[in-house]
Amino acid sequence: MKSLVRMACCASALLAFLPSHAQKLEPAQSEISFTFKQMGVPVEGRFATFAGQFSFDPKKPEAGKVVLTIDTGSVRFGSPDTQGEAVKAEWFNVAKFPQATLESTTIVAAGAGKYDLTGKLSLKGAVREVRVPVTLARLGAITVATGGLTLKRLEFKIGDGDWSDTSMVANEVQVKFKLALSGMAAP
Amino acid sequence: MRETRYSQTAMAIHWLVALGIIAAIAMGVYMVALPMSPARLKLFNWHKWLGVSILGLSVVRLVWRLTHRPPADLPMPIWQLRAAHVAHWVMYLLFFAVPLSGWAYSSAAGFPVVVFGMLPLPDLVPPAAPLAVVLKALHVTLAFSLGAVVALHVVAVIKHQLVDRDGILSRMNPWPIRNIEV
Repeated sequence: MKSLVRMACCASALLAFLPSHAQKLEPAQSEISFTFKQMGVPVEGRFATFAGQFSFDPKKPEAGKVVLTIDTGSVRFGSPDTQGEAVKAEWFNVAKFPQATLESTTIVAAGAGKYDLTGKLSLKGAVREVRVPVTLARLGAITVATGGLTLKRLEFKIGDGDWSDTSMVANEVQVKFKLALSGMAAP
Repeated sequence: MRETRYSQTAMAIHWLVALGIIAAIAMGVYMVALPMSPARLKLFNWHKWLGVSILGLSVVRLVWRLTHRPPADLPMPIWQLRAAHVAHWVMYLLFFAVPLSGWAYSSAAGFPVVVFGMLPLPDLVPPAAPLAVVLKALHVTLAFSLGAVVALHVVAVIKHQLVDRDGILSRMNPWPIRNIEV
């Protein structure tokens, strides 16, 4: 028993000396938003609640790992009607699929401060591989990761049934994000 | 003697706007009661497109009215002439106020107006939910006021046409029957 405690002590001491590449998400300075068109009218929404595990060293992007979890029920729209609709079964089906996740599979450098992240997006029970270009910018102690991607909502059955008519609600959804991370090593 | 009938242009705009206003009010009353559905969304957009068309026609109409002398009034008691003129100017005011309040309401609600799904109009006000509530109430009140003045206008025409038999309808009728025009 004593040796076990000693081993654990040693291990934690060792871990403290190893360079840690885990970052912390600063939600107050982060945003995940999206835009789509409704009969030509741009409609904007955002997610208020999301969290993530980030372990990324700009010097070794290949070793990086990102898992982002979004609470689908935290979707926010300017219009209360739209917001009330978005949580229903035809749309995000929040009751059955309360979370969407993006889990990186590979991260590669793509020029100064730019990276290409490939990952699996799980949304409303569907899993799709997505490629996300990410730009990192350092602002003091914070590293801001920005980027975006275009999703096809019908691949995830977002807007099912009567709403699958893309002349009413476009299939393409432009997703944008700005994630503020603390604790990232300098590039 | 001065012409007692409106010009063809004035008549064309009058009847187009009349149809547009009746359709827009009917659509407005019907669509707000619908549950959220593609049909509701479609009607909201058509209603906005129609409203913007009425606004555009009203600009043309106002310019036409200010640059052309309207026909002479029919003989009738002075209070009726005054009431008719006041009603006409109130309607002109509402031709602008109703669509503009609807446009502003749409902007405040976070839905920019895109005419015919192609021509984006600038937002009249920034998106803000509390402002949207106020503008919705304003738009509905102004629209029902316009509906009420239009109803009064129609009742007055019916009274003049059928009770006074002064042939008032021929002023705005593109195909008047000659014998009642005298």
